[in-house]
Amino acid sequence: MWKKHEKFERHSLVLLIGIIIVVSIGGLVEISPLFYLESTIEKVDGVRPYTPLEQAGRDIYVREGCYVCHSQMIRPLRDEVERYGHYSLAAESMYDHPFQWGSKRTGPDLARVGGKYSDNWHVDHLTNPRSVVPESNMPPYRFLAEKDLDYRNIEQRLKTLKAVGVPYSKNEIANAKADLEMQVDPFAGETSDLKKRYGPRVNQRDFDGNPERISEMDALIAYLQVLGTMVDFRTYKAEDPENLR
Amino acid sequence: MSERERDQHTGTETTGHEWDGIKELDTPLPRWWLWVFYGSIAFAIVYWVLMPAWPGITGYTHGMLGKSDRAAVTGELAKLESIRGAGLVKLKSASLEQIESDPQLQTYAMQVGASVFGDNCATCHGAGGGGGKGYPNLRDDVWLWGGTLEDIQHTITVGVRSGHPGARGGDTIMPAFGRDQLLTDAQINDLTEYVMALSHRKADRAAVARAAQTFADQCSACHGPDGTGGAKPGAPNLTDAEWLYGSDRQTIHDQIWNGRNGVMPTWEARFSPETIKALAVYVHANAGGDAEPAAAAVSRPSAGAVSGK
Repeated sequence: MWKKHEKFERHSLVLLIGIIIVVSIGGLVEISPLFYLESTIEKVDGVRPYTPLEQAGRDIYVREGCYVCHSQMIRPLRDEVERYGHYSLAAESMYDHPFQWGSKRTGPDLARVGGKYSDNWHVDHLTNPRSVVPESNMPPYRFLAEKDLDYRNIEQRLKTLKAVGVPYSKNEIANAKADLEMQVDPFAGETSDLKKRYGPRVNQRDFDGNPERISEMDALIAYLQVLGTMVDFRTYKAEDPENLR
Repeated sequence: MSERERDQHTGTETTGHEWDGIKELDTPLPRWWLWVFYGSIAFAIVYWVLMPAWPGITGYTHGMLGKSDRAAVTGELAKLESIRGAGLVKLKSASLEQIESDPQLQTYAMQVGASVFGDNCATCHGAGGGGGKGYPNLRDDVWLWGGTLEDIQHTITVGVRSGHPGARGGDTIMPAFGRDQLLTDAQINDLTEYVMALSHRKADRAAVARAAQTFADQCSACHGPDGTGGAKPGAPNLTDAEWLYGSDRQTIHDQIWNGRNGVMPTWEARFSPETIKALAVYVHANAGGDAEPAAAAVSRPSAGAVSGK
């Protein structure tokens, strides 16, 4: 049997096929269970696709490379839970394409930054980080407040996400622009179409302190303010036996 | 392959392969390497048995140890709570006044408060609680939402205009008089002078006189007829020297024009009730209220020393 390897060594095509078979066994065993095993697919109440404005903010987050210094995953370790709050669940990033877990923390983890600070604080902090955190080494992003948000193609962006599995409805895609504008409208009210589509807990207000325009700051803060707030940990108990991982 | 040829120079066997007279040595693997290799295989098998490892059709092998990261961190946190133990239990049952009057418990609460404050509150209110533009100073005697222990505890719990159903300031919003065209430019300029006069500074007398009626109509419902505030909680006193956004003409004008309304998050979901109690005691003591100065001075934080345990 040990002599059979000569066949592989002498025929490059046979060797190639052999390599593919061996590697794919490893891949199949490691990857395919993630698609069918109930215990690896954790559905959690409250997790919803991002609203168009949050998604636009997310695109700015990625564009500006925030992930280079900020992770978005609280690991199930005592010290992290003590500092940042409940450890992250896989479900909380199920609509993230690409996810922003990250592995580098020059700045703090942002997985649960939503609701931790006021909008005004975020404006101050993004405009000049050292005005509120004297020891910060984050660069300023003042220009975000001065730049109008370009959301002409927001429908296409939602469609693209739908193609990779984010369950945006036809209605949500068709109304993406209106929804985006509604989210920064302080007078939109509790019964707005946006809240009907994305749920009553959607943050709906002027985020950057200037209601006259929709700036990139609006979008980014809308995204930051929703991070980690979708799951209600008073009702979802991740440490229950059926949820143990 | 019965007899393998030995290389004369090294004494090592050759593989028997030959290319144009060049032969390949079959040097054996170093022993230590080989044993590490076998050891790794043995380790992997033991690991599979003990730890969660293999996926199956409906589940995965949980391993004999039944290890789970979530269970582990839950246990760790429970252990942490038991280390904090006695003090925490006392905090739970004691009233805020009891905490403040019991020196030992107060010291404990101050330490808990200092570490939580440093990590969560200092981002807005400053490392020592000194506040900043738009973020109230917690070291003075001026309180927008009340400075008693209960008031502070409540404010931390529900926040200010935070979206919490019981949040403070839900019904007290300062309108954007200029931006939303509730008042004219001229009226706002006059009002600015009026507020300058209220706080005993030089102001244009004619403008002040013109603005008196506007102030009575638009501002006094919250800020009080004499501008001392407090007619509704959250409405600042305009006659003192304490200013949230700044005391100069331009800032006052901007505030009337844009009506900025401060927001503080609710901490109900992030902190346990005991932690909020400790924070309330900490903030109250730091504000220089009735706290015993000795105890307060001991645990007053310096910016860096807060979380480094």
